[in-house]
Amino acid sequence: MGEALHEIALTVNGVVRRARVPARRLLSDCLRHDLGLTGTHVGCEHGVCGCCTVLMDGAPARSCLTFAVTADGHEITTVEGLAGPDGALSPVQRAFSECHALQCGFCTPGFLCTVTALLRETPAPTDEQVVEGISGNLCRCTGYQNIVKAVHRAAELIADEDGTPAAAGGEA
Amino acid sequence: MTTRLFGEPVQRREDLRLITGQGRYLDDLGHDALAAAFVRSPHAHARIRDIDVSAALDVDGLVAIYTWEDLPERVRDPLPLLIPHPALTHGRTAYPLARELVRHVGEPVVMVVARDRYLAEDAAALIEVDYEILKPVVGIEEAAQGAHLVHQDVPGNLGAHLVQEVPSAAGRGAREAVEAAPHVLSFRLDFERSASTPLEGRGVYARWDADDRSLRVYSSTQTSTSVRMAIAAKLGLPLPSVEVIAPDVGGGFGVKIVHPWPEEVLVPWAAMLLRREVKWAEDRREHFVSSAHERGQVQHVRVGFDDEGHVLGLEVTILHDHGAYTPYGIIVPIITSTQLLGPYRIGAYRVEFSSIYTNTVQVTPYRGAGRPQGVFCMERTMDRIAAHLGMDRAAVRAANFIQPGDFPYDQGLVFQDGRPLIYDSGDYPESLRMLKELIGWDGFPAMKAEAAARGRRLGIGLGCYVEGTGVGPYEGGHVQVTSDGRVHVSTGLTSQGQGHETVFAQIAATELGVPMSSVSVVTGDTRRFGYAVGTFASRAAVMSGNAIALACRKVRDKALRIAAEALEADPRDLEIEDGVVRVVGAPGASLPLATVAVLSNPLRYAFDEEAARATQFAGQAPMDRPPVEEGEEPGLEGRDYYSPVRSTFASGMHAAIVETDPDTAEIRILRYAVVHDCGKLINPMIVEGQIHGGVAQGVGGALYERMVYDGHGQLLNASFMDFLMPYATEVPAIETAHLETPSPLNPLGIKGAGEAGVIPVSAVIASAIEDAEGLSVDRMPISPSELYELRRSAGR
Repeated sequence: MGEALHEIALTVNGVVRRARVPARRLLSDCLRHDLGLTGTHVGCEHGVCGCCTVLMDGAPARSCLTFAVTADGHEITTVEGLAGPDGALSPVQRAFSECHALQCGFCTPGFLCTVTALLRETPAPTDEQVVEGISGNLCRCTGYQNIVKAVHRAAELIADEDGTPAAAGGEA
Repeated sequence: MTTRLFGEPVQRREDLRLITGQGRYLDDLGHDALAAAFVRSPHAHARIRDIDVSAALDVDGLVAIYTWEDLPERVRDPLPLLIPHPALTHGRTAYPLARELVRHVGEPVVMVVARDRYLAEDAAALIEVDYEILKPVVGIEEAAQGAHLVHQDVPGNLGAHLVQEVPSAAGRGAREAVEAAPHVLSFRLDFERSASTPLEGRGVYARWDADDRSLRVYSSTQTSTSVRMAIAAKLGLPLPSVEVIAPDVGGGFGVKIVHPWPEEVLVPWAAMLLRREVKWAEDRREHFVSSAHERGQVQHVRVGFDDEGHVLGLEVTILHDHGAYTPYGIIVPIITSTQLLGPYRIGAYRVEFSSIYTNTVQVTPYRGAGRPQGVFCMERTMDRIAAHLGMDRAAVRAANFIQPGDFPYDQGLVFQDGRPLIYDSGDYPESLRMLKELIGWDGFPAMKAEAAARGRRLGIGLGCYVEGTGVGPYEGGHVQVTSDGRVHVSTGLTSQGQGHETVFAQIAATELGVPMSSVSVVTGDTRRFGYAVGTFASRAAVMSGNAIALACRKVRDKALRIAAEALEADPRDLEIEDGVVRVVGAPGASLPLATVAVLSNPLRYAFDEEAARATQFAGQAPMDRPPVEEGEEPGLEGRDYYSPVRSTFASGMHAAIVETDPDTAEIRILRYAVVHDCGKLINPMIVEGQIHGGVAQGVGGALYERMVYDGHGQLLNASFMDFLMPYATEVPAIETAHLETPSPLNPLGIKGAGEAGVIPVSAVIASAIEDAEGLSVDRMPISPSELYELRRSAGR
């Protein structure tokens, strides 16, 4: 007996993608294995580590705690969608590299998505706001110090690019 | 070493793929592979009476179910005992799938293969295993009493017993030295279990090519070369028919050095049998209950010392919990007992450990590998001596330091590599001076008093360690310059985030005189380099770094020989800069390395213009000599190995200021300072990153992380909900200072840095809490409720 499949359509990194998935299929598995976007990682499968964080309609979401069917009709941004269409790295990506905010890189996609949303909401965060903002993501390699530094650096880069502090808002 | 790349904080070249989602971790591969899942024991100790798979057979997408009975010769045998030792008289390893008995929760019993992981888990859930539950052995002291046994043929649950004794200069034994000392203290210390817990679990993906009769296996491992040899042996395949690749690996920290895991044997075996690609990616719960843990020890200490705090005699007895099996031998307690002495010259030392079986997950090295426990023991001892004598804690340590003039310093012990424990270099007094300055040691009493006046409770602590790094036996490097001028570097050991692609490229670019952009580095791929040991024991930079440097020197010599001939110059007058060989002082006379590569390989066939310059009618070669001279090889490449006579010893000292809440007993780290000496730094940015990460793991081990087993051998906190790994909110900012005492043992003068950060943290935090509270802290980790209990039992 095969499982019932559901047709879903979601906009992933600006492109409409369709998939036929069982009701129980996790969004993380759908992105990784059905759509081939393996940049989103799975570290715990119970919503604690934050590796699987993607942006759902602009807000960070745990893709391992989200059923793919519930993402039907929504806009998803994964780590593969953070760089510009020309491949230019986003300020958050650049800052992470510049500040050595990653080592093994497994948690990094979740951090990048989280921080991208954080800086849209809070373009010039204090240290406390940064730590609070990333406190739902585990990293076992870096000790977080350089991640905190990278968030501040990304805020600077965004402000430099915009000429003004970035306005808070949803998905561009 | 004239060019500037060595020693510079060069940005990592790994980053681009990792920040754009283009990394390739194990589970990112094998899109069309079948998925494996395992039925694992829910009991800590049980006899398997029956396995009924009938209910699982109807699951859509099921491909195969295997139990131990189904496994062929060799595959069905117990897994290897990787590091035998004469003292490990009762080493035991697991079967890849349980045979009759299970000895810890999580032990694999049945393997299921299905179209995808969901279906494999559906089938696994329908398999009924009938267990006869046996009495579990949990708790190290209970196990040591031996009333119940983990293995029926291991009396007293005693796997290994080892004594090492170093008499004093006057020939006095430790026991006698302690008895004769003016002051004697004895006490007990406890250190709980933690684990590596990389964010990516283990994983294996196997592709069998039935036409070619070759096997390619990807594994999230710290040693692809040894996994390869193990798989070839287990599956009876010729070694050249098996290749193993460690792709991007999402952290290791020790646990992934163990091999072959049951899954590393079973997944390739199933792939061959089914003639299909098979993949298994570990989930988080599996990682908690079926990989490996570390740290758990009980230590009994007796120390004798004089009025100035000099340690005259030290006796340590260690009970080490190694879990249900000993695939990695007794490396952890050996390291604890030998590295315990740290930077100190001790009068006489006797250490004895008993390595004990329990019905829990096996114990194998986790970053620090036994050192955090040893350092905890030694540093708690130093603090107790200071308290007893009313001395400054830093002064007691200084009184016992090995002095800069004492190197090489022989501790008189046998280290984990079977070689004498001889420190090569270091400067401990300077390290302590730097640390005291960095943390503000001398000004702290005033700070503490001022805080106390405002109702705040502060404490300061410190801890010192020495770490044997870069253990042998060897690593190798291969360097090839191709006719496009690119430099291809490979080494057999693996990477899990250490930035090897960057630092090895820095070394190669510096040695060869080429731009870093022309250098590419491959690690952990047996197709490129087959001889290696692996990444552990803070050895990668020391071992492969030096091997690559030596291989580069061979290539450089060869390039200069060939270029000298072409330029009609003396090789000694040549230099390589920016990828071009030049005659020093004659700017016109030069030859790109790319051209040297062309000339190095005499050709018959001209497949492009460059190649045409190397063909037989190009008119370069003298007619009275063979095209490839005796003793030479075609191609501009070199291979070399670095095999040290013994380990090189890095060291460091940490200090912390903590605040404890007088009401809630909450413990907060206000400042954390590190002075670190790993010899010459290849890339200070990366070394600092390693220290930050190590300290964060140390903070986890000191304040939050533990493996909570109940009396039934159930791991109660086998999830990230309950095993409290620190978030950004728990890790303090870390202030670092570097001392560079080069190692005289290797060409680059470097020492390992990977594990250092984690080693003294529990000792440091215990010291600081003790200072804040005036209570003795002899068990780590410590939670607020435990501190609260300590206060209560002390009547506060």
